[in-house]
Amino acid sequence: MTRYFSQDHEWIEVDGDVGTVGITDYAQGQLGDITFVDLPAEGASVGKGDAVSVVDSVKAASDVYTPVSGSIAAVNEALADQPELVNTDAETGGWLFRVTLSDTSELGALMDEAAYKTFVDSL
Amino acid sequence: MNAPNASGWRPSLGDAAQAKNATSSGDYALMLEEALSFELGSADKCGVDLEAPGRAPAAGLAKFMRKAAPVLPGLTEPETVRHYTRLSRQNYGIDLGPFPLGSCTMKHNPRLNEKMARLPGFADVHPLQPQATVQGALEVIEQLAHWLITLTGMASVAMSPKAGAHGELCGLLCIRAALDARGEKRDVVLVPESAHGTNPATAAFAGFKVESIPATPAGRVDLAALKSKLGPNVAGVMITNPNTCGLFEPDMRAIADAVHAVGGYVYCDGANFNAIVGKVRPGDLGIDAMHINLHKTFSTPHGGGGPGAGPVVLSEALAPFAPLPFVTRGDDGSMHLVEEENASEGHGQAFGRMVAFHGQMGMFTRALTYILSHGADGLRQVAEDAVLNANYVLRACADVLPAPFADSGPCMHEALFSDSGLAPGFSTLDIAKGLIDEGFHPMTVYFPLVVKGAMLVEPTETESKAGLDRFITSLRSVAQRAKDGDDSLHAAPHYAPRRRLDETLAARKPVLVWQGEPGMAGTPSLSEIGGS
Amino acid sequence: MRYLPLTSSDRAAMLETIGVAGVDDLFVDVPAAARLSGPIEGLPPHASEMAVERHMTALAAKNLSAGSVPFFLGAGAYRHHVPASVDHLIQRGEFLTAYTPYQPEIAQGTLQVLFEFQTQVARLFGTDIANASMYDGSTACWEAILMAARITRRGRTVLSGGLHPHYGEVVRTMAKFTQDDIVSLAPELVADPDDAAVITQIDADTSSVVVQYPDVLGRIPDLAAIADAAHAKGALLVVVVTEPVALGMIEAPGVLGADIVVGEGQSLGVGLQFGGPYLGLFGCREKFVRQMPGRLCGQTVDAAGKRGFVLTLSTREQHIRREKATSNICTNSGLCALAFSIHLTLLGGEGVARLAGLNHEKAQMTFDRLARIPGVSLLNAAYFNEATVLLPRDAREVVRDLADRGILGGVSLGRLFPVADGLHNGLLVAVTETTTDDDIEAFAVALEAILAGETA
Repeated sequence: MTRYFSQDHEWIEVDGDVGTVGITDYAQGQLGDITFVDLPAEGASVGKGDAVSVVDSVKAASDVYTPVSGSIAAVNEALADQPELVNTDAETGGWLFRVTLSDTSELGALMDEAAYKTFVDSL
Repeated sequence: MNAPNASGWRPSLGDAAQAKNATSSGDYALMLEEALSFELGSADKCGVDLEAPGRAPAAGLAKFMRKAAPVLPGLTEPETVRHYTRLSRQNYGIDLGPFPLGSCTMKHNPRLNEKMARLPGFADVHPLQPQATVQGALEVIEQLAHWLITLTGMASVAMSPKAGAHGELCGLLCIRAALDARGEKRDVVLVPESAHGTNPATAAFAGFKVESIPATPAGRVDLAALKSKLGPNVAGVMITNPNTCGLFEPDMRAIADAVHAVGGYVYCDGANFNAIVGKVRPGDLGIDAMHINLHKTFSTPHGGGGPGAGPVVLSEALAPFAPLPFVTRGDDGSMHLVEEENASEGHGQAFGRMVAFHGQMGMFTRALTYILSHGADGLRQVAEDAVLNANYVLRACADVLPAPFADSGPCMHEALFSDSGLAPGFSTLDIAKGLIDEGFHPMTVYFPLVVKGAMLVEPTETESKAGLDRFITSLRSVAQRAKDGDDSLHAAPHYAPRRRLDETLAARKPVLVWQGEPGMAGTPSLSEIGGS
Repeated sequence: MRYLPLTSSDRAAMLETIGVAGVDDLFVDVPAAARLSGPIEGLPPHASEMAVERHMTALAAKNLSAGSVPFFLGAGAYRHHVPASVDHLIQRGEFLTAYTPYQPEIAQGTLQVLFEFQTQVARLFGTDIANASMYDGSTACWEAILMAARITRRGRTVLSGGLHPHYGEVVRTMAKFTQDDIVSLAPELVADPDDAAVITQIDADTSSVVVQYPDVLGRIPDLAAIADAAHAKGALLVVVVTEPVALGMIEAPGVLGADIVVGEGQSLGVGLQFGGPYLGLFGCREKFVRQMPGRLCGQTVDAAGKRGFVLTLSTREQHIRREKATSNICTNSGLCALAFSIHLTLLGGEGVARLAGLNHEKAQMTFDRLARIPGVSLLNAAYFNEATVLLPRDAREVVRDLADRGILGGVSLGRLFPVADGLHNGLLVAVTETTTDDDIEAFAVALEAILAGETA
């Protein structure tokens, strides 16, 4: 399994042709306490860069963009009752949705962990 | 813990219960806690004496009857008066002190306006009475319309919109109707990034796509950037003038000319009309439509969130599309209502109807009273004093708080500050909460979005110099504490009816209605809703 | 000027602090060409309280106030007795002169009132939740249609012919611009509402059906049947209530299967006011909360553990979501919501039921009496406090003749439905607890005389 990062602060961990997507720990720290996560419909087909999910804090609503194209394979049902998982567990249990990738070459445009860390340090 | 009272309710004492001087009631002299009405009342109490009906319901109604009365406890009059009076004391209002919310124009509400609105000839009149029986009410609408047109230098006014955002919608729908009449399908509205949130929301509500225009470093609309976005797909622009940074847009005429040159229309958000009333006529600046918040400039009370009123003045180009209904004056001085029935006689292009009935009559009465009370000299003095008061605050505080646009000249009726330069970990929120402890309502915070940690102070013309001096002293003191890193500010307010409230909890587990049964302390306990 | 506290010496001192010579120097950004140098055309100078009061009182005197004559108008605005304490309490400066509660620590009064108001509306409507108010019933109706479209992701709406025509006009006006597909059924002068026709129109593309309860002619639709039909096709039932007092007597729409219930709250606490400001009520199922328009007040705790209230779920709203907001509404009808809430607190559930019973009883007396007039008959199979009577000729002229005799005798259907010629003999008559036996008799005698051709 390989983990990639986007400049919009999403992470995606790819296993075969399925990628699990969430927002990074850095992103959750910027957003503050997450109060609600609006998740995409399972089965929906999505294009790279589409705003497919919304993460709400008390004073902001932030779009989450899918870093890859494909179809939504699953969403994290646990977030309905525990949106705070995105705060406490952003890069593991606080994942948002899974995508079945339609074009794995899109992963090439994303950053690896080290590159993302350099990117965040530069902000 | 304190003992429950007769109804079973007891105040939530929180940490105060452990304090050395804790009272047994949970009240502290004039600091009074108050239960929910449902916790105080009971099903067998009623504050209105009503005889019991003496005959059975009509047979036709039987199958529709409610199985049981609504589960709502009642209260007698003395209990009701006490409940709401105690609640009112947990509120701040203009009657208590300055309420310097930028963009909101919280000025004194003259009580004559209240008295006039309550005359039975205005308050106890039905909107569908025969027109011959409501000539005075129609005349109030007509007279107010006349003064709004005169003060803005526009061709016409649509009176029915219910508030500012509803007025924005009215203006944009007039633009849509005018474009439709020209057979054009333009779908883009340009909105500055500093705009009120209602502007892009309204444009989307009216079916337009929103494109953002950047601001210049001097806090004005970037004319060059605006021009670069103009084209045959642009229906119009929405400009706030004076803008949300509290500055006049000196290029307004040039903006209007450029938009008109490509066939678009200019909408002006009139939320800040108070700064220029009697001094500048928007009609002279090339504006096609502008709403006027009667609850701002013309001081109808805001009432803790409305009602407002948002009449929209219109240029010659948009006037034919104004929505129904409206009032016209006949040659003999009689008033006539134009409605669906007779709109085809000369008003066939009206775009439709935005509300049931005629708009916010109660606000019209108050606003007309306000205009006549102030007169031509008074209205101009309103604008001048509002601008003077804001500049006084700006110059008196600019050495302790950064004022991002102060170098470019005077402000209009609002002074804008930023939280840059506070000690690490301190922000606008701390200053706002610190001002609460000082006895003031805070300014507008974190708006406009184009300034980091924005604080927008609008004193209005109804503050005295002595009152402003007290406010300035407090603002300077709190700002200095935030610069010095005074940690006690993080816990402010200390002296308000409530400390900082857990908004995250409220949003994660919404409790929007009381869940209990009457006459019992039925709300979830603090532990049940996640409190400590 | 009595409203402006600055003195000339204050102004001079402040200009000096600012560092400018005169107030005109503060308006330097306004181009000279845009400055109004002359007087404001026709506007006299400031005036005393006495002078303004004289002017306004003279205008008020040109109106025939409802309380001064026998009065039978309804059609979406009802004259009920408002207890004296309501108007006293809403004029407490802490309520009257507060803003939207953006600083909750010093706005608990307004916020707790909103929480109580939301609870009262939800319990009256039989819905899980309610919001903190909309502008009025007609705009709440359109917002409900938009909300249903967001939930169902469909764009076709069926309007019952029993919907108040102004509400229908608002919906059709807005839909012109949003491209929503609105099917409007035509009203008919028959004894029962158009439930069957509404049900026939529901298809797989239908987002919502909008039914008024009681309807504009005073008839009472069978909501449960319409709800079942709508839900079978995946559509939502939106119920409009223009007379909330009716819900003291007839079953709550939410209990009968309505998904969204909106209404006009003017009947309780607010008064007639020639049509505004009024009070939009909005309730719905809890699962739709994230799609609701308008402000919501929620319960929470403060840093010291005390119960308190805040505006919540604000990410739906325009000041955060901007063009993606569920609505553009900002200012709503806060003070009218307070008045409604106080009136309902005085009444309690049992009081509302008794008030409704009195309204219905007076209506029975009225319609029994009117139906004894030759040529007059009652249309409705069922009614609460308002019903349609059929006259032998156009009711518009009759209403004017009644006004000439000092009686405000209802709303003609010709006024409400100007283009529907078939309705014009209908007269909509509303009766409340304020109606006296003498009012009823005076109305009946005058109506009989007019229909008999007697001149006043």
